[in-house]
Amino acid sequence: MRRAIRLIPDRVRDAARRPLSFDARMALAYFALIALLPLLAPSLGSGYLIVIGERAVIFAIAALSLELLIGAGGLVSFGHAAFLGVGAYAAGIAASHGLGTLSVALPAALAASAAFALATGAIAVRTHGVYFIMITLAFAQMAFFIATSLAPYGGDDGLSWPTRTTLFGRHVLKNETIFYYVSLALLIAAYVCLGRLMASRFGRVLRGLKDNETRMQALGFTPYPYRLSAYVIAGTLCGAAGFLLGNQAEFVSPAYMHWQRSGELIIMVLLGGTGTLYGPMFGALTFLLLEEVLSRLTEHWKVLLGPALVLLALFASGGIAGAVAAWRHEQGGLARMLRARSRFARRRLATGMVGPARGRWLGYPWLAHAAMPLRWVVGRARSRGQAAKGTLARLRRDLPALRQPELRNMLARWWRQ
Amino acid sequence: MSASLFVVQLFNGLQLGILLFLVAAGLTLVFGVMDFINLAHGVQYMLGAYLAVMAYGFTGNFFLAVLIALVASLLFGLLLELLVFRHLYARDHLEQVLATFGVIMLLNQGVKLLWGAAPLNLPIPAVLSGSVPLMDGLRYPVYRFAIIGAGVLVAAGLYLFITSTRIGMLVRAGATNAPMVSALGIDIKRLFTVVSGFGAMLAGFAGIMVAPILSVEPGMGDQILILAFVVIVIGGIGSIRGAFLAAVLVGVIDTLGRSFMTDVLRLVLAPATARTIGPALASMSIYLLMAVVLAVRPAGLFPAKGRA
Repeated sequence: MRRAIRLIPDRVRDAARRPLSFDARMALAYFALIALLPLLAPSLGSGYLIVIGERAVIFAIAALSLELLIGAGGLVSFGHAAFLGVGAYAAGIAASHGLGTLSVALPAALAASAAFALATGAIAVRTHGVYFIMITLAFAQMAFFIATSLAPYGGDDGLSWPTRTTLFGRHVLKNETIFYYVSLALLIAAYVCLGRLMASRFGRVLRGLKDNETRMQALGFTPYPYRLSAYVIAGTLCGAAGFLLGNQAEFVSPAYMHWQRSGELIIMVLLGGTGTLYGPMFGALTFLLLEEVLSRLTEHWKVLLGPALVLLALFASGGIAGAVAAWRHEQGGLARMLRARSRFARRRLATGMVGPARGRWLGYPWLAHAAMPLRWVVGRARSRGQAAKGTLARLRRDLPALRQPELRNMLARWWRQ
Repeated sequence: MSASLFVVQLFNGLQLGILLFLVAAGLTLVFGVMDFINLAHGVQYMLGAYLAVMAYGFTGNFFLAVLIALVASLLFGLLLELLVFRHLYARDHLEQVLATFGVIMLLNQGVKLLWGAAPLNLPIPAVLSGSVPLMDGLRYPVYRFAIIGAGVLVAAGLYLFITSTRIGMLVRAGATNAPMVSALGIDIKRLFTVVSGFGAMLAGFAGIMVAPILSVEPGMGDQILILAFVVIVIGGIGSIRGAFLAAVLVGVIDTLGRSFMTDVLRLVLAPATARTIGPALASMSIYLLMAVVLAVRPAGLFPAKGRA
């Protein structure tokens, strides 16, 4: 048999035929929305919209890089804005020495932020939990104070760039539309790379370390190099976002690295929802829009945003992605129930004994739940370990504070010993 | 670098350290007992100062104003605990950061809304004004001594309270193993509320004390919050003793660094370079200290017993 010469490798062709994941479809919707914005902007009567779009894209890159740390690595960095500043300062300083061409400025920004990430990460990644939060904050503060003391480059007042980054000596990025699409292209590239990274062995190990470090160590993985690599990758990517941010404003100041900016980046990721890649991008967009809309309403917009964040943390901690996932589960459960063949199967699905998700209040379709006969519900409760519940109730009467699950586990462990 | 200037700065550092301790004590307890990151602790410090200014406006008497502001800070701390914090203890650190960051935004801006963005100040009472001679040609304000004295008194009282009362014992037990305390029949929720309110009052007290010597303005709590976090991380989370030593250490190093770093650097570097690097290095010194401490002892200098 003659061997066909294939222009497209099998793997690529198969990948193209496979249906896109939900995450990818949401991301595609986001990219389409952003890509169409400049076309809509003139009809809405403001070039101002483009500037918001640019900032949304740039902060989406930063939020994506933070998601790699928080969502995949479980490393809550409270100093991520430092990389924005380091990237912007590196490019800005290069530009102020007349080296504002893309072939110098961008590598300078990436190298500086990667070096900063390597130096600080080498110490920070050794710590855990709260200590990690605090030490990243401390390093960001150091970077902040270094920036304020850079007297030749503006110090406290910041550094104005002579011009945006040039390409082969031409001021291509001066054109707002071109800059907009270049930023978007960078965001898409970042999304694709991070998606591949998360799906790779590296990404799986990183998530495994987040879920159960001891078990991963027992499997033979050393946490340190994985976490440090993730930290450096995230820092470098955020440095690229800083490069864009500096270009957009043609200015960089220590305020880029302020700890409140780091807090805002965390908010963007949480608002979007961790665990997905599309979440942080929508989170960044939503945060900037909220800021924009609220600041038009009143000068004291933070009075409105603050309580909104508290409510978000208290009641909707999954963010946008969490809400979408819950809604999908509900839809999925309902559709599956309508499709189910036998009455028995329908009943099992409706009572939540099997099905897409159980346990949370959104687990099974509320509509089905509301409509189903009461004895199904009662029957379900009865069938589920009533004896254990009786024992627990007795214990609860004896020990007033016995309501936390960890306590229950602790007692169970003692029982077994 | 004269000796008298050095002594004055040493006292200033001590005074900053005492204030830091007052803020950090509440923070480290809340942190150690409940494993709760309270970024809003700095705002409670700011609120203490504002409440003192407002109470002084009503009464015209400094000491009465301090008393009123203390009670008001306590009540406000309890209110925040009941409304927000208590629902977050069992949650992820991320959600705690998010919620308390929201509280910071709200209160910083709310203060601006109520009292305006311009800095306010509180006059020093006549009894505590003036200064005392330390040595020849060196006088130190009485009020700053009063701050140091009051802080040391509170620290000593706190130490006695923690080591020799029943609630103190529960707090120590809670910092070591909260679920176990709860299993022994203690209403841990009430303990949490008490500790949280008390911590807010201590932070408020620090704010009240500095109101006469610093300007009272929105955002004044942010800087001290970060310093307090540095203090409790250096001292070891959940440890009052560690917080006290680390607070004094940080206060003295920060103050001395700010006043003498440039001069010291001038001994080895060119004056122009020293003038550029000095201030930056001075601002960074405590963070460097923290990084070094964490690199050597990842759980701080005096970790509470039984904690990993």
